Amino acid sequence: MKFLALIALAAGMLTAQVSSDRLLHPDREPQNWLTYSGSYSSQRYSLLDQITPQNVKNLELQWVFQARSLEKFETTPLVVDGVMYIVEAPNHVFALDAKTGRSFWDYDYRPSRDARPCCGSVNRGVAILGDTLFLGTLDARLIALDAKSGKPLWKTEVGDPKLGYTITHAPLVVKNKVIVGVAGGEYGIRGFIAAYDAATGKEAWKFYTIPGPGEPGHESWSADSWAHGGVPAWLTGSYDPELNLVYWGTGNPGPDFNGDKREGDNLYSDSAVALDADTGKIKWHFQFTPHDEYDYDAVQIPVLVDGTWKGTPRKMLMWANRNGYFYVLDRATGKFLSGAPFTKLNWSTGLDEAGRPMRSSSAEPNAQGVMIYPNLFGGTNWYSPSYSPRTHLFYIPSWQDSSMNLGKVAGDFSPGQRYMGGTIRPGGPPTRRGAENTPVENSNYGAVLAMDPATGQIKWQFKMTDLTASGVLTTASDLLFAGGREGYFYALDARTGAELWKQSLGGSEEAGPMTYRVGDKQYVTIAAGHALFTFALR
Amino acid sequence: MLVYNFVLMKRCIYTMAGLSAAVLAVPLAAQQRSYSAAEIASGKQLFNVQCQPCHGPNGDQVTGIDMRKGEFKRVSTDDEISGVILNGIPGTGMPPFSLPDASRTALVAYIRSLHETGTRAAAGDAERGREIFEGKGECLNCHRVEGRGSRKGPDLSDIGASRNAAALERSILDPSDAIPPQQRLVRAVTKTGTVIGGLRLNEDTHSVQLIDDSGRLVSLSKSDLREYTLLKTTPMPSYQEKLSQQEIADLVSYLVSLKGLP
Repeated sequence: MKFLALIALAAGMLTAQVSSDRLLHPDREPQNWLTYSGSYSSQRYSLLDQITPQNVKNLELQWVFQARSLEKFETTPLVVDGVMYIVEAPNHVFALDAKTGRSFWDYDYRPSRDARPCCGSVNRGVAILGDTLFLGTLDARLIALDAKSGKPLWKTEVGDPKLGYTITHAPLVVKNKVIVGVAGGEYGIRGFIAAYDAATGKEAWKFYTIPGPGEPGHESWSADSWAHGGVPAWLTGSYDPELNLVYWGTGNPGPDFNGDKREGDNLYSDSAVALDADTGKIKWHFQFTPHDEYDYDAVQIPVLVDGTWKGTPRKMLMWANRNGYFYVLDRATGKFLSGAPFTKLNWSTGLDEAGRPMRSSSAEPNAQGVMIYPNLFGGTNWYSPSYSPRTHLFYIPSWQDSSMNLGKVAGDFSPGQRYMGGTIRPGGPPTRRGAENTPVENSNYGAVLAMDPATGQIKWQFKMTDLTASGVLTTASDLLFAGGREGYFYALDARTGAELWKQSLGGSEEAGPMTYRVGDKQYVTIAAGHALFTFALR
Repeated sequence: MLVYNFVLMKRCIYTMAGLSAAVLAVPLAAQQRSYSAAEIASGKQLFNVQCQPCHGPNGDQVTGIDMRKGEFKRVSTDDEISGVILNGIPGTGMPPFSLPDASRTALVAYIRSLHETGTRAAAGDAERGREIFEGKGECLNCHRVEGRGSRKGPDLSDIGASRNAAALERSILDPSDAIPPQQRLVRAVTKTGTVIGGLRLNEDTHSVQLIDDSGRLVSLSKSDLREYTLLKTTPMPSYQEKLSQQEIADLVSYLVSLKGLP
């Protein structure tokens, strides 16, 4: 008991402001989880190794946080010196004791009823700098909160919710700026990524994901389609301090499934963009799916990996894309290094030397309907992947064999209204399963894939019966944690994919697992159903 | 609404030796008498136990009743309020409370004190109040507003959204009496002898969460403690002798203006 008291005190004593220097060096404090993806490189890899393949069978539940909301619970917690910060839907922030789950304070922001998120009133987490948390809201506000009390310090309008702008992801703090993108690609917005002064909320820069008149790339949109061409940026980006570049994925052009009125490549839709962190000026872009008509947002976590590529040291950007291809890019230049499919796809027959997909003529959307692999949810989606610098494998939470029957319809723009241009019917067995799952031979399924980036080969696959919306976490003890729609929370051997431990949590994991340490104990946390579950060794 | 000269009245009150400065319940049109600070304080304790569960801390949680605004559905005079407390209202959620006369009088005193007249705030100047808050009053040494100040005491950035002028003035003049019991400071001593003091934020059977004197969020397991005390007093001094009536009115005006972010 004395020992426990000392731990409690130690957690308090260590408390200090989260400086931008601390954000640069998460490896110096692996007990904490200071950014959405665990580090600026977004590998969702932890140096903690108390939990090992040998003892993981001894994991037991420590505490549960029950959300008040019945929305999807997509939060990745931050943990700072024993205090955990989470968000439950829609914008309810809690500061919890990371050992017990008991609350220090909560802040319940009620977004305007004007907010019209396409796909759930969700939120994935907060960012921190100093003693301030940053929350993006469903009605497209950015709010700064005192991390000690939950009191709001400032609130800035990022976009107009009536026009479909909304924010669902955790902001990214770089130096003294808070960077967020917007969702709304189904409502004919003009997407952007913007940075705000952390102290005041004043806008520092704004990068439109659709170039305006006179800007390079504007010619990739016919007529006035650029003005309401979508291209949201609804997931957290990554940052390379040496290059001073922020990397962000962008979403689909609008209308989603009908490109007739937006002829051209529709830059910078479905792209990785590299932006100067101080000015927001674009350094390079790489478009994964030019002139997309399948809703293949490149809204995934950009994963930064330093290593050798064909014998030469490279700063790489690895990307498992919704369009079904896995990419390796040079992140200093945006140059395409390699690409390989990781799921069944028929919309493209391959990638050319520059990485541009070669389109399949039989996959052109038409009014009668055409079968497309993968479906609009993609080979993967926003669910966080992981890269282990120990195994050199890239772990993809994937959908296998999903398809859709895509019928093209007219897409007329009206501000703030759905702007889709197509109808979607299941291409095969349904992706939505009921309470009783009765899969058939050709059912789509979820899998954690271990991709070898050097070869483009899948080294192993952990197959589930239902699909998955869970992120992946790896650790320095070569463990991999992931969940799926069935509600099992798994620990796998990161080298072999062997299942080492599982626990049913009774609800779909639709969030990224993370790990932290308080005192001498390592914890692993994931949201499932409408609750957050935390485990440690018994 | 009775209109009266707040400053003049305050001056009278303050010059009456031996009478508590916190004679605050403003006579309303339907209010039949004035009440002493002791009656209000006694009534507050009763209110928190008996009434707050349904009516809420500000007396505004039952539809159609807002004690801060002096709004009631069926009663207006003090005697009528007292009668409803005694007899309840059949067919509604208001049960009878068989309390002695003195207790009901105290409850009426407190209910009347909740009424927001706006006069105290109107008599002050919020900008001058801010200067006092940040300067002469040294309030930032313990409190915090909009990201500035100390975390020893409660953050007051939105205090004007939850407290009326009367309640705020009571907190300034008679803090020990006016601090809500939910906002207690705690003192904990671990079995190894470490002393931890701070503002309690949350507590359950086995643990307590607080923000300590140096602004750290701390969670303690009660089984690790040899002493755990909820302090019933507050380190906040009374400003009765420290500030003039006008300065207090200014300070109250400033606090009332703190509504937090829209």
